[in-house]
Amino acid sequence: MLKINKWNVFFVLAVCVTAIYYIIPNIYGKSEVTALPKFLSQKQVNLGLDLQGGSHLLLEVDTKSVLKEKSEDLVDDIRKSLRKSKIKYSNLGSKITGAVVTISDSEKITIAKNNIKENIEQGITIEESKNKLNLFFSDQYIIETRANTVEQSIEVVRKRVDESGTKEPSIQRQGEERIVVQLPGIKNPERVKALIGRTAKLNFHMLDPTTVELAEQRGKLPPGTFKALNSDPTAYEKQFVVKKRVLLTGERLKNAAATVDAQTGRYVVAFEFDKKGAKKFAKITTDNTYQRLAILLDNKVISAPQIREPITGGQGNISGNFSPETANDLAVLLRAGSLPAPIKVLEERTVGPSLGIDSIEAGKKALAIGFVLVIVFMILRYKAFGIVADFAIIFNIILLISMLSAIEATLTMPGIAGIVLTVGMAVDANVLVFERIKEEIRSGRSILNSIDLGYKFAIKTILDANFTTLIAALLLYNYGSGPIKGFAVTLSIGILTSMFTALILTKLIVTFWVLRLKPNKLYI
Amino acid sequence: MNFNINFFKYRFIAFVLSALLIGLSAFLFLTKNLNLGIDFKGGIMIEAKFSDVPDLALLRDKIDNLQIGNSEIQEFGDSNTILFRLEKIDDGNITQEQIIQKLKNELDEDTDYRRVEFVGPKVGKELKSIAIKAVLFSLIAMFIYIWFRFSGWQFGLGALVALFHDVLSTMGFFSLTQIEFNLASIAAILTIAGYSINDTVVVFDRIRENLVKTDRELKELLNLSINQTLSRTLMTSITTLLALLALFIFGGEVVKGFVSAMMWGVLIGTYSSIFIASPLILFFGFKKVEEKS
Repeated sequence: MLKINKWNVFFVLAVCVTAIYYIIPNIYGKSEVTALPKFLSQKQVNLGLDLQGGSHLLLEVDTKSVLKEKSEDLVDDIRKSLRKSKIKYSNLGSKITGAVVTISDSEKITIAKNNIKENIEQGITIEESKNKLNLFFSDQYIIETRANTVEQSIEVVRKRVDESGTKEPSIQRQGEERIVVQLPGIKNPERVKALIGRTAKLNFHMLDPTTVELAEQRGKLPPGTFKALNSDPTAYEKQFVVKKRVLLTGERLKNAAATVDAQTGRYVVAFEFDKKGAKKFAKITTDNTYQRLAILLDNKVISAPQIREPITGGQGNISGNFSPETANDLAVLLRAGSLPAPIKVLEERTVGPSLGIDSIEAGKKALAIGFVLVIVFMILRYKAFGIVADFAIIFNIILLISMLSAIEATLTMPGIAGIVLTVGMAVDANVLVFERIKEEIRSGRSILNSIDLGYKFAIKTILDANFTTLIAALLLYNYGSGPIKGFAVTLSIGILTSMFTALILTKLIVTFWVLRLKPNKLYI
Repeated sequence: MNFNINFFKYRFIAFVLSALLIGLSAFLFLTKNLNLGIDFKGGIMIEAKFSDVPDLALLRDKIDNLQIGNSEIQEFGDSNTILFRLEKIDDGNITQEQIIQKLKNELDEDTDYRRVEFVGPKVGKELKSIAIKAVLFSLIAMFIYIWFRFSGWQFGLGALVALFHDVLSTMGFFSLTQIEFNLASIAAILTIAGYSINDTVVVFDRIRENLVKTDRELKELLNLSINQTLSRTLMTSITTLLALLALFIFGGEVVKGFVSAMMWGVLIGTYSSIFIASPLILFFGFKKVEEKS
């Protein structure tokens, strides 16, 4: 028999209170919400990058290059230890993850093996076959190296992003060697991207007195040198002959800042070495006075000043052809340190602020108009019951938004589309019930009986039908990315709330109504 | 409304019509192909709003002169807004940042860059396989659910065929209209699948109920069930279409492709649950005894 279930009344009231509790913070701005009294919720719906504007970057750390470097270091270690113990060898070379060497005197292979073992890192296995030594990284070693490389890269990227002045960035690891960077409200994504992507390996070399022209005339470079491009392609000197030996690296830097040189009035990057670096720098500048230093950033010469006097204070200036921005960027890069491995941008999604604002406006408009269309249509079709269903739609939207706030979901443009779609589809549950009630009345049952049966029969169908849509939404959530996930979230929550409003809320209203007014005819 | 339409009279017409529709979709798919967006193909996409209406021919010349590979230029929403799609990306000689910068240098300084998207080939491939997996898994999951809930493989298979019908013809719709096929399109397809199966389940549910309640001949029983639920089927389709219409007109350019596919999907999903899914149960040889035992 149709009657008001006290527990349902209690349940509906509890849901109402919870919904209001969670929806309140959304009225306030982001900064105001933290000022709300403690007993109120401070959770808000977050706007996705596509609505507030910003950049989403998917980066990949080239961890292979680190393993390659490590393999080359291993070759150096082998060479050193074999030379030290005066063992003759041949065919020394690196592999993708390890190295190989042939010991000329096969009787000395065990000594060689032991000597090498003392000089290399743990986690490198040595195998001997005849007079050959095979060194390779253990799986554990490879996994750890890659993990460390990615961790360090994240740290460096974080420092650089923080220094670039982006508000509330999010930097997270994804999978084994990927990093997701989210930069909300960013104005100049190109600049930040350029900052993130630079390896920024700073090396100090000496310039060889031989000019590039001279080397080309001779047809070969002096031994122990290499050719390096000028980082400023417009400069007079396009290339330099640089001595191979690295005298000092950026790792020894303590600080760097962009300033204006008092004498020339140009932008320079002032740097300061730590204690050890300062000592080394003093020795370099003392030994090589009047020669030219070569400061290389990622293997390009950014500055090649002449050393006029020994610099003992550990401080110096890099004077390239800098603008205020490029000087500042370089200072940021030097302060944050270099990346342990090259980083590549695999995917970028940037939305400008104007599109975000337009999207929000369009979403609001579509929601309002879709809402009005459906509401009017429901009243035309189901009269008084239409009003009940409309009440359910309104409640449904409130409930949906409050649930999105409670889980602090991210609202995206497809997510808004999901809400609008929910307005259209959420009436389905009510439609199923109403149509069933009509049918029962047609077959001659009493009003109370028809309503009771209408809900009873429809409930099974509603559960079955909505479950399949939920399957689709959950798979979408699982496989979707960014904005699409937002759609899956609003769609699934919309389905859940529509079941609640149709099966419990409107049932309560309808029951209350017919029990109170006892109508002899239902306008449905 | 109380319907009494003999849907089974039309079932062969419907089968032929659907076969034609699927055939046409396959043909379009093979000849015109899908207009794959950068999500799956990889590449660069830039939506730029100019302060004055730009000269498209001039823009095209400018871009061609840059020699940054194949490009497509089209109006997007209004005549001030242009969508650039560039095929070429990082090939070792030039990075995508440099390409984007090169393009930006050619355009006016006060141009508003509304969207800049770049998808590398690796990610494009991954997104493709993820999309295929998502669609296949959801179809399989729905098939299993229906089979289980309605204790008859004929129900499951009927629903599955209807689903394939909807998904394939939606792909045909994408080929025909050349609406960009991207991640949002996959969302549209899955939502269409969910919507269509929702419709189908409502009819199946009534069939199950009537199987217990009445003693009619199966063909008549199926027809009765479709008629009984028809009014609900139409109502929900109309309200959903109304909401979609609002989105289509006012929801902005970004969701337009998604919404138009959804509109097609609601229509085809409604059609398939009436004309395909239920008649197929009979076609697959479902017997009343099976249910009662």
